[in-house]
Amino acid sequence: MMPSSSGGSWKSSGAGAGDGGVPDQFPAGLRVLVVDDDPTCLMILEKMLRHCNYEVTKCNRAEVALSFLRENKNGFDVVISDVHMPDMDGFKLLEHIGLEMDLPVIMMSADDSKSVVMKGVTHGACDYLIKPVRIEALRNIWQHVVRKRKHEWKDFEPSASADEQKPPEEPDYSSSANEGHNWKSTKRRKDEEDEADERDDPSSLKKPRVVWSVELHQQFVAAVNQLGIDKAVPKKILERMNVPGLTRENVASHLQTFLPHNSKNLVQKYRLYLRRLSGSPLPGGMNVGFMGGPDAGYGSMSSLNGLDLQALSASGQLGQLPPQSLATLQAVALGRSNNSKSAIHVPVIDQRNIFSVENPKSRYSEVQSQHLNNSSKQINLLPGIPTNMEPKHFVSLQQSGQHSFGSMNHQILIQMGGQSQSQTQSQNQVQSNTNAHHGLRQPVLSNDMLTRGGVVDVSTSVYNPVVSVSQASSLVDFSMNHKTDSSGSSYPLGGSLGIPNVRATSSALQGDGNLDTKVSGRRIVPSYDVFNDLNQNREWGLQDVGLTFDQSPHLIQVGLDASSPLLLQHNHSSVSEMGGQNRNLASGKVIFSPGVEARTHHNGSNVGQQRNTYVKPESDTDGSFHNTLYSELYGQDDLLVAIMKQQQQGVGQPENEFGFDGYALDDLPV
Amino acid sequence: MERNQMHRQIANTRKLMFDQGYLDEQFIQLEELQDGSNPNFVEEVVTLYYRDSARFLSNLDQALEKRPLDFSKLDNLMHQFKGSSTSIGAKKVKTECTHFRNYCNARNAEGCKRTFQNVKKEYTTLRKKLEAYFQMSRQVGPVETAYASSVVVCTIRYDTIHSLHLNIIHSNLPLRRCAARSH
Repeated sequence: MMPSSSGGSWKSSGAGAGDGGVPDQFPAGLRVLVVDDDPTCLMILEKMLRHCNYEVTKCNRAEVALSFLRENKNGFDVVISDVHMPDMDGFKLLEHIGLEMDLPVIMMSADDSKSVVMKGVTHGACDYLIKPVRIEALRNIWQHVVRKRKHEWKDFEPSASADEQKPPEEPDYSSSANEGHNWKSTKRRKDEEDEADERDDPSSLKKPRVVWSVELHQQFVAAVNQLGIDKAVPKKILERMNVPGLTRENVASHLQTFLPHNSKNLVQKYRLYLRRLSGSPLPGGMNVGFMGGPDAGYGSMSSLNGLDLQALSASGQLGQLPPQSLATLQAVALGRSNNSKSAIHVPVIDQRNIFSVENPKSRYSEVQSQHLNNSSKQINLLPGIPTNMEPKHFVSLQQSGQHSFGSMNHQILIQMGGQSQSQTQSQNQVQSNTNAHHGLRQPVLSNDMLTRGGVVDVSTSVYNPVVSVSQASSLVDFSMNHKTDSSGSSYPLGGSLGIPNVRATSSALQGDGNLDTKVSGRRIVPSYDVFNDLNQNREWGLQDVGLTFDQSPHLIQVGLDASSPLLLQHNHSSVSEMGGQNRNLASGKVIFSPGVEARTHHNGSNVGQQRNTYVKPESDTDGSFHNTLYSELYGQDDLLVAIMKQQQQGVGQPENEFGFDGYALDDLPV
Repeated sequence: MERNQMHRQIANTRKLMFDQGYLDEQFIQLEELQDGSNPNFVEEVVTLYYRDSARFLSNLDQALEKRPLDFSKLDNLMHQFKGSSTSIGAKKVKTECTHFRNYCNARNAEGCKRTFQNVKKEYTTLRKKLEAYFQMSRQVGPVETAYASSVVVCTIRYDTIHSLHLNIIHSNLPLRRCAARSH
């Protein structure tokens, strides 16, 4: 170690290394943030770290440290923090960092009691140093950085294999999910590989993006379920998931996606909703998990769904590989809970939108599932919904084993239908709207919804989109046209629908088909944005919704409907708009609603959703459906929120408008 | 020569602090961090320590005046003070701090008060010694100080080649270095 004659000299090299400039000098230039309220210790540590040729930033307040980290997201490689600090407990800081940045954190303290050290371990500290810290101990901290990066990278690559290894809870879905997943995994892997080069250089210390495949999401949801929404902190979730390469930050950001409002109620509702959606037909952890009980929290569900959707969208392929995406979506929706597969390896970036849509959908799923459960038979009304995922549309799906999905959807639909109906009545409040929609929609939309991606973040401001969606729906014309009889199949948007479309929702709406254009014309696009804004993490964007619409007009509509209810939450006014439309849709468009749900699909609700939309492609209602769908789509998160709000606020209006009450499953049979 | 004498004196003073248990290994760590770019690093750290830790002592004084004693608060304060003291290698101070905390845990007010007096005593004693030591070192100059340190290291830590080695490298002394190292 050369004595650092001047901080600058190694700093520059360090900086280079940090930025991937001078790899061979690693670990020189490792960017360390050291936090300690004791100025003496801080001074000594800084000097020691400098002597290790690290780049040191010191601060004596945890808050300051956090702001440093937030401002320079990639500005640090490792954090060293004292345990006892006056303004914030070191472990709390540790959690924050893990949640937000997922950097390796090393704790230190003069306290060497086992309990404290254990606390460090359980909170996710990479290491625990006993004060006084020797320079030798600091010299090796780079190993934690490398290790963490290594794990992150690992997560990206063999996703397929990892997913396959996971025993699918639902045999039916597993196959499809697997396939979908595989497809996604491949894609993801490829993406990863691109990044791998960069990552190979430890000094670059780049963090690969995590694609939340269906499997992964299911795992996530399962973990959240196990922990209980209250205790579902990223660290614990990560531990339970036990996915190599997955970082706490990944989990944290993913978790945030589903809990935008951090509302326990919302989560619960969502979960309940999803649970209902999944209903009995959907066995599987997720479903069960969610079904766990209203209190289970939507978190898991939503997250699941969201994840799935995201995954789907991430696969981005949605646009490109509609079938697959759909399949994935379906898989996600249907078997998220069941399948631990991370079918959706959709690149997160674009697919964000999709996810958003999905997320809302997932919410819906939950809700819908409830509905579904209530009136399972209702779903039956929907003809061939399960198969609606028509091969054509769900080409990909089929590949991936759509069948399972289809059935799933069907099931979901049924569930949803039932539930939605019952729910609509009972839940005038938001839920009803959303539920109703969801219920119906989910099954049908499941796939579509998925494709739409959770972008529909209905909750955020979905309303707009919803409205537009409805319009779009008209465009889409519930596509029953598109789809053959099975509205569900219309979802086949899925082929391309789903996700890719969704993403494009904003754009897709415009483009894909009539729906697209219309949709785009609608505010949907903007709404997506709104949603996006709402769901910071989720970039579902309405785009997804739009996408779905393209393919299956129904879907869009459904989405709208679905979303409408959700939207209602947020924008009652808009909801009302949609509601009206939705209502129509609801009745006729039941399909959509479920479809919407389908998105959220948590459990194959997508299937149902799709069908729903399919079932009722009424022109006028179509619009509403669209709205509904969008609403559902948009806000999976929104959905949840909407639901929650509705419940809380007793949003009766949307319901009425949507006529879920009315159309609940009754209309399904079409 | 005067210079050599000076050096020897410094070295001895330093050695004495170690031998008498006022300083421990951690102090050497600080010394090893001292180099050309920061020739007075150890002194700076110690100065910072005394300046910062004074507040702990005054807080502890106040807390010990209260009736009844808030042992957890006392323990908390002492923990921080102890951490600081440990970081500069103030061995005796650290020991007394440990005693204090033990009495705190045992909720022994008398023991706490008594021990605290010891803490303050050791704290003050060490300060005087270090002040003298630094003053001497400054007179000899930075490089010389390093040399003196290395010599001392040579003498004291003959069993720790590593430290010696490092010290010698830091000092940048040619012949002596080798000689010392051969130990």
